[in-house]
Amino acid sequence: MRLQFILAELGQGLRRNVSMTVSVVLVTFVSLTFVGASMLLQAQIGKLKDDWYDKVEVSVFLCPQGSPSPTCAAGEATPEQIAALEDVFETELADEIQTVYFESKDDAFEAFTERYPDGYLGTQLTVDDMQASFRLKLTNPENYEVVNDVVTGRAGVEVVEDQRRIFDSLFLALNRASLLAAGLAAVMLLAAVLLITTTIRLSALSRRRETGIMRLVGASNLFIQLPFLLEGAIAAVLGALLAVGGLWVGVKYLVTDWLSQSVTWVAYVDEADVLRIAPVLVGIAFLLAAVSSVVTLNRHTRV
Amino acid sequence: MIRFENVTKVYARGARPAVDDVSLEVRRGEFVFLVGASGSGKSTCLHLVLREERPTKGKVFVAGRDLGSLSSWNVPKLRRQIGVVFQDFRLLPNKTVFENVAFALQVIGKPRHTIAITVPETLEMVGLAGKEKRRPHELSGGEQQRVAIARAMVNRPPILLADEPTGNLDPTTSLGIMRLLDRINRTGTTVVMATHDEEIVNQMRRRVIELETGTLVRDQAHGSYGARGQVIPDPAGTAPESAPTTVVPRPVRAEQAPAPAEPAPDDTPLPRRRSVRRHAPATAGE
Repeated sequence: MRLQFILAELGQGLRRNVSMTVSVVLVTFVSLTFVGASMLLQAQIGKLKDDWYDKVEVSVFLCPQGSPSPTCAAGEATPEQIAALEDVFETELADEIQTVYFESKDDAFEAFTERYPDGYLGTQLTVDDMQASFRLKLTNPENYEVVNDVVTGRAGVEVVEDQRRIFDSLFLALNRASLLAAGLAAVMLLAAVLLITTTIRLSALSRRRETGIMRLVGASNLFIQLPFLLEGAIAAVLGALLAVGGLWVGVKYLVTDWLSQSVTWVAYVDEADVLRIAPVLVGIAFLLAAVSSVVTLNRHTRV
Repeated sequence: MIRFENVTKVYARGARPAVDDVSLEVRRGEFVFLVGASGSGKSTCLHLVLREERPTKGKVFVAGRDLGSLSSWNVPKLRRQIGVVFQDFRLLPNKTVFENVAFALQVIGKPRHTIAITVPETLEMVGLAGKEKRRPHELSGGEQQRVAIARAMVNRPPILLADEPTGNLDPTTSLGIMRLLDRINRTGTTVVMATHDEEIVNQMRRRVIELETGTLVRDQAHGSYGARGQVIPDPAGTAPESAPTTVVPRPVRAEQAPAPAEPAPDDTPLPRRRSVRRHAPATAGE
């Protein structure tokens, strides 16, 4: 009886101001799409970090023939210099470095020809064009500076490079985009809250007669307010579901079907990630509606 | 059933109290008229009983509960003990008579079979059997008020508050409504009725509580409307006499006689009212 009655009231309320309900649905849809997009961008950044930070290394390039660098004035790095560096890695930097891998010129050439079997930019390179290097895997990739300070300037070292640097600008761009989306989401969420508040107030005012009688005959607060609460919540959750749908379609066609086909060497967010954030979006929508309706209702349907 | 202990209600800070230090008690099964000019605090008293308002000072007890210590959580429970009827009926225009009455039970979560039994019973009690499917606008004023009474009584509350229930009705229809309220009272329901309708008060010969600018000025066991007759002597002199019937067979005329005889011509209205008040209890005993 109770449930049926509440549902009937709810249906009546939703039908009575369809346009407002639709606008609530749309505004929550748009705002939560931004929220979701921002979350997906963060997820993407996380994925890239997981994927790449495992692989990134600090490369210590040794002096090749004819390097303009002042530390390489003596010419190509000698085996003695290489041995001295190895010694430094094992003693002074033992705590910082997890593994050391020495890539000789031959190894570098092998890797190079594997990648560019037809030569690089039309020129065939030889083993002597390659550069020997140490590949250091750090215990904590953040401690690059320590290693850099110790190794840079030593005899036979041309340059020390942190591969993380390469990604920093990409991460910065992604972070900025995600911040932008979050900012837009905040503005839209504000609009959604105001709209839900207005909708519920309208609905409450248009049913003042009913609620007045309900109060007088002793209906409980919850019973009086539930249809309004549900009205806001249903509209908002509907918006959230639309947002999830929109994001799913976006990820499927933009990322899975297109981006990951054309740029294959990167880990991407996928539909599973969308489904993972879906409960969060629905939760936000529900919370949004619940909070704004409780505030409104306490003002307009007080016992 | 209802007890006010030195109740004062001030709406706005600094304003004159709407109800000023009122103490009264209404016992179970009583029928009480609450009379007084507009703004005398009748409606505020009803609001206080319903706990729509809380007293600024003093205590209100309803059905054994101290409303001051009643949590807002329990207010609905209190209101289920009280039926309310208004001057403007307050029916839902888009619901039928049956639905209007059933609404009161639905919203407090009564099961459907209870509603199916109780609502027709109540409608029959108020004399609306056969009009279940009508909408309020298809009914006369008196019938609409009967629907409102049915809605107030369908949950069998021990208390019925009526705020000028006959205010929008013609005298004959009002009489029908009063008969109905009287019948409800005889089944044991405590009825408190705020009214301006002196004819009805005079005919019913029930307890009268009169308020004047928020203070209780009269509490009389079998009272008449009293005061107004003296302020405007002319209609008061004729109206009670021309009353067609008496609702309850009680000695009405004995009370009526001394009232018009009272006024001193050069007195101001207010003192005159007071003097009548002093006389009224004396005559009531006759």
